[in-house]
Amino acid sequence: MSKEEFCKMISVSEPGPGDGGNTGSWRVRRPVIDLEKCIPAKTGKPACFNCWLYCPDGVVTKTLPPTIDYTYCKGCGICAEECPSGAITMVDEASFIKEEK
Amino acid sequence: MHVIESGNVAAATGVKLARVQVIAAYPITPQTPLTEKLSEFVEGGELPAEYIPVESEHSAMAVCIAASTAGARAFTATSANGLLYMNEQLHWAAGSRLPLVMCVANRGVGAPWTVWNDHQDTISQRDLGWIQLYCADHQQIHDTVLKAFKLAETVSIPVMVCYDGYLLSHTYMPFELPEQEEVDAFLPPFAPTHFLNPEAPRNFNSVTLPDVRPDLHGNTAPGYMEIRKTLQGDLRRSLTEIEAIDEAFGEIFGRSGTPFLEPYCCDDADYVVLCMGSLSYQLHDVIDTLRDEGVKIGVMGLKVYRPFPDAAIREALCGRKRVIVFEKALSYGNQGALYADVKSALYSAETRPAVNNYILGLGGREIKTQHLYDALTESINNEAAIGDEPQWIGLKL
Amino acid sequence: MDKDKKTTILNLTDEEMVNPGNRACSGCGLGIVYRTALKALGKDTVLAVPPSCLTVLQGLYPVAATKLPCVNVTFASTAAAATGVRAAMRATGRDHLNVVAFAGDGGTGDIGIQALSGACERGEDIIYICYDNEAYMNTGVQRSGTTPKGVMTTTTPIKGKIQHKKDVPSIIAAHGISYVATASAAYPLDLYDKVKKAVSMKGGTRYIHVHTPCPSGWGFAPRYSVKIGKLGVVTGLFDLYEIVNGEFSLTGESAKSVGKERTPVTEYFKTQRRFSGLTQEIIDEMQGIIDDKWAAYTA
Repeated sequence: MSKEEFCKMISVSEPGPGDGGNTGSWRVRRPVIDLEKCIPAKTGKPACFNCWLYCPDGVVTKTLPPTIDYTYCKGCGICAEECPSGAITMVDEASFIKEEK
Repeated sequence: MHVIESGNVAAATGVKLARVQVIAAYPITPQTPLTEKLSEFVEGGELPAEYIPVESEHSAMAVCIAASTAGARAFTATSANGLLYMNEQLHWAAGSRLPLVMCVANRGVGAPWTVWNDHQDTISQRDLGWIQLYCADHQQIHDTVLKAFKLAETVSIPVMVCYDGYLLSHTYMPFELPEQEEVDAFLPPFAPTHFLNPEAPRNFNSVTLPDVRPDLHGNTAPGYMEIRKTLQGDLRRSLTEIEAIDEAFGEIFGRSGTPFLEPYCCDDADYVVLCMGSLSYQLHDVIDTLRDEGVKIGVMGLKVYRPFPDAAIREALCGRKRVIVFEKALSYGNQGALYADVKSALYSAETRPAVNNYILGLGGREIKTQHLYDALTESINNEAAIGDEPQWIGLKL
Repeated sequence: MDKDKKTTILNLTDEEMVNPGNRACSGCGLGIVYRTALKALGKDTVLAVPPSCLTVLQGLYPVAATKLPCVNVTFASTAAAATGVRAAMRATGRDHLNVVAFAGDGGTGDIGIQALSGACERGEDIIYICYDNEAYMNTGVQRSGTTPKGVMTTTTPIKGKIQHKKDVPSIIAAHGISYVATASAAYPLDLYDKVKKAVSMKGGTRYIHVHTPCPSGWGFAPRYSVKIGKLGVVTGLFDLYEIVNGEFSLTGESAKSVGKERTPVTEYFKTQRRFSGLTQEIIDEMQGIIDDKWAAYTA
């Protein structure tokens, strides 16, 4: 037998997103950015990006304006807490469900 | 080249000829002279390998596991408590399917402390998923090390090369040392399919679930149970590889023909002694004496303990009158582990021989030829008197 | 650290080495630490990880959250495994790669300290990053050697931990390795620069100990992970420093605190449920220890 006929199953994982599923479903409250208050959005210049820096899940973009990937955002609220201009508010997910209905 | 060296050096020269790339070891008697020799090879520039003088056997196996996962041919050696200190790492190496080779100079296990030879250390590690090979002399140690790398890298299963502490590790005997070119022809460089590589990043040994799970491409990836079943299946199939490698080895080096069992005077034997390690050679004298007395008896040295060559054992022992299993270890609370395995292998045989079990040589207790002679005579002449309980040879109290 | 070399949010790379949708808890401090450290390490890196919260974050077979090659190893063996990876890199002509061990506080200062001490003594060419969330979080918040005094854990459920926190970075520093640093999840840029410096000091053992708030284990709402991490530093309880070839210096927020009035440590304690059993006696004792430590810094 050749070497290739052995060891056909082994725990070797491949990188990919969403190992934990769509972790956005964990969210109880959703961070919503007020672009009127958000410094980079308001000034149109790269600035601040605290929300991007501190996000434990890397779901905020370092873009103008910053965006949040709600598929994976777990809703921890660190971005809202660390935003120096109070531009991010945590909104009850239930209100979006009503909206969607 | 013909040389006279110790068993540990026979192993070390095998490791050197195998062009090992990473060595990690921690001192323990009676293995130590092997790793001393390897460090001498490395420091002296004879062996271009990394030698890591780790702070424990647990770390020695950790270095080997990681180095092998990273794509290097790795080796370590140990004995007794050092082997047992590695325990979880040994399971890890087998589950990771890493082709490591480890020499074990067999020694009794504390408590109480003993540094002398028996087989309790490796026998207690029989259920790891490692391949266990046992050697009867220096030539076998050297050859088995070379074959072990070939085998490990063919079947992706780690291999333990076991030889008797002191009796083989520290005695000097002549053996044939092959040329590097011959070994290179036998053992190509290590070329793993998966290894730690930023160009194709993979996460090795991640948590595996009780159930199967789809991968990123929509295929079903195995669960823990499928992965473990594969290890078992590959271990069983490696029996065929052991035979093939023995043959391939013979073609280059001229020594082959007894991959599993090495018989002595067994062709017409009614009585067969089965044992592992140097004891089988020690028994040759006793067999000669009994043969002179007209007893049709022979001895078989078992070279492969895991995977257990049950078919070969059945074939070799079926139709004999009696099989006498001599063991330097036991499964405490039951019987000798080899004894139980032999009986299990013979269960499906058409004509089952009677089987006896003798425990001897624990903690280095001297095994006298007279003791062996007496035990065999007893087993042959007082068949009814010996039950299923293991008999102890050489007790003085 | 050289002032003009400091990384800012604006020049910090936006390349992510960790995938979203991983299994770390919401607001996990390790999420920030891991994401930031991997940015600094870059693609040419091999990781060794023992069982810990990071095992969970990294994902279940067959999916990995990390975009770097990683070998998962047994609990006590992390530094030895990193040693083995490095040895293989040298043996196979890939010595330019970073070899990084990434472990929790229990895996580092308790069960893993023998292997780590051995690697440090040998001066292995590895970077060891310990994320210290001050208990065995992955198994359900049991006390560890690095749990602070008075903290409620599931194995100190009534009276709180009796002993003080083990000072792991000082133990590692005593090995005389080339680089020892502390950092905090709440100061990612400081952490980033320290990992970068560790990368640049290739050749010896480099150790970074990162204070890592844990919402579920410490008992606070996930949104406060950064706030609480910062409080740990500004109260002078957990200091940001580095020891470069034996030279100690405070960095970042801790360097700024020298000579200034510090926030009383009780402000930190009262943000977390794990400190709810602290007696005034322990609070005074802890404040005294902090004050003495800072008096020594300024002396």
